Amino acid sequence: MESLKIVSKERTERLAFLSKIELEEKEKEEITHQLNRILEAFKTLDELDLGEVEPTFHVVEMVNVLREDQVKSSLSQKEALSSASKTKDGFFVAPKIV
Amino acid sequence: MRLVDLTLFELSESLRSGEFTWQDAIEAYSEQIKRYDDELNAYITVNGAELSPPTGALSGAPIAVKDNICTKGLRTTCGSKLLENYIPPYDATVVKRLKEAGAIIIGKTNMDEFAMGSSTENSAFFPSKNPWDKSRVPGGSSGGSAVAVSAREAAAALGSDTGGSVRCPASFCGIVGLKPTYGLVSRFGLVAFANSLEQIGPMTRDVRDCALMMNVIAGYDEMDGTSVNRPREDYLSYLERDIKGLRIGVPREFFGEGTEEGVAREVWRSIHILESLGGKYSETNLPTLKYALPTYYLIAMSEASSNLARYDGIRYGVRAEDEGMDWSTSYSRTRSLFGMEVKRRVILGTFALSAGYYEGYYLKALKVRTLIRKDFERLFKEFDVIVGPTVPTTAFRLGEKVADPLAMYMTDIDTVTINLAGIPAISVPCGFSDGMPVGLQIMAPPFMEGRLLTVAKRIEDELKLNLAPPL
Repeated sequence: MESLKIVSKERTERLAFLSKIELEEKEKEEITHQLNRILEAFKTLDELDLGEVEPTFHVVEMVNVLREDQVKSSLSQKEALSSASKTKDGFFVAPKIV
Repeated sequence: MRLVDLTLFELSESLRSGEFTWQDAIEAYSEQIKRYDDELNAYITVNGAELSPPTGALSGAPIAVKDNICTKGLRTTCGSKLLENYIPPYDATVVKRLKEAGAIIIGKTNMDEFAMGSSTENSAFFPSKNPWDKSRVPGGSSGGSAVAVSAREAAAALGSDTGGSVRCPASFCGIVGLKPTYGLVSRFGLVAFANSLEQIGPMTRDVRDCALMMNVIAGYDEMDGTSVNRPREDYLSYLERDIKGLRIGVPREFFGEGTEEGVAREVWRSIHILESLGGKYSETNLPTLKYALPTYYLIAMSEASSNLARYDGIRYGVRAEDEGMDWSTSYSRTRSLFGMEVKRRVILGTFALSAGYYEGYYLKALKVRTLIRKDFERLFKEFDVIVGPTVPTTAFRLGEKVADPLAMYMTDIDTVTINLAGIPAISVPCGFSDGMPVGLQIMAPPFMEGRLLTVAKRIEDELKLNLAPPL
């Protein structure tokens, strides 16, 4: 029996919108198909009883790496802007937001 | 012997003694690149800058750097159309350390886009080819670095390893690759894909070169918040130790379905060699291995979806926009330049992190990650090292797995679990199967890189393989 699809094409469209990735129609179909295949294969994790298990966000057990707030040399404004496609008066130029 | 056939260690000695000059080294390697790289495609960018006389331990040895590690003034594309024009204004800490040690960055190597892949076919520019058989992939994602080292187009290289990206190509191309303990090598200047998993590691012709590279790149860096502050070690000092009494664990799961017979045969030969040298092996179990692949991919994709949000085309990278286009459309249009694998992972990661699915996917994977760590902790109470194949197969053919992401992901089945646990692992050549190199993977508890180098060196010394590919 074919299992229920986890991700519909509409959901792929929504996820692509949230991820800010413009997809062509063909890509939507392909990604929907592959997402379902991948998530189906990943269902093996459902076999495990994880009730009492704590999540591992990070393998190095360190908390709050802090230091004194000292001024150090960093990139100049010119260097920081050097890779931007559009700049004006020392600022990045962003597309119109509203 | 030709200059390019010297190991990094030998070349550095010859450069220091004056037998060769650094210009000789650059010339010899540039000649190799000119001769072979049109076909092999190890490099995305060859460093054409005027070079100045180097000083330090490496004294002008030409080193290749994966193209997701920032090099000041030298294009760093991450194998992506989005960054094809990106010239970093700073050096990654590892690059700074290499330069301080006198290395010359000879070029930037090809890779799967944003390090997402296991064959280097996901590069936005071109696939690299395996020097042992040009119809086969070199592995990935640090495929270009492995090809450069194997084909004598660099004396050594850096790669990055998020789920096997140093070890897999090392295994496929017959070189040594080390994934250090998480936190041992600075990630400052490494373009982030999945922060909690990745480390930069050396890719070298032999084990001594690996130790030499670790001496240069390992160590605390205040620019990386996850860098671990501990005393520096001399990794070269581990090479001549014996392995008498070494307890070796061989988990049966590493020889599961999909493991080629030739790979299993060569790996077992090495285990018996270690036994003959005084090691004691026992078969054991690592039951969590079957869960490592989905756990890894869910975590890596989730982290990627967050990390790659920065590519909006505004501060760096290519910006795809028409006049007057609004922010959302411009942002989405720019990111349509991602390749298919990157799109798929970012979208799947966004899914795994989204409300209603977070607990069932991302959080669940993090919990399984805990079980995987504990599984290794348990084994390391009984064993000093764990061994198995690096990859279940030898290098596959170009195009063979491109259309099937799940088949491609399976390549990583024996390597991803190491990144989840944060422990170190080395891949060392241990033989051939139908003419293609096989890698032995050796794993140890955190910060036991020295032990990995000792064991790998014993294998290398016993096998004395000829690892120069027939070019």
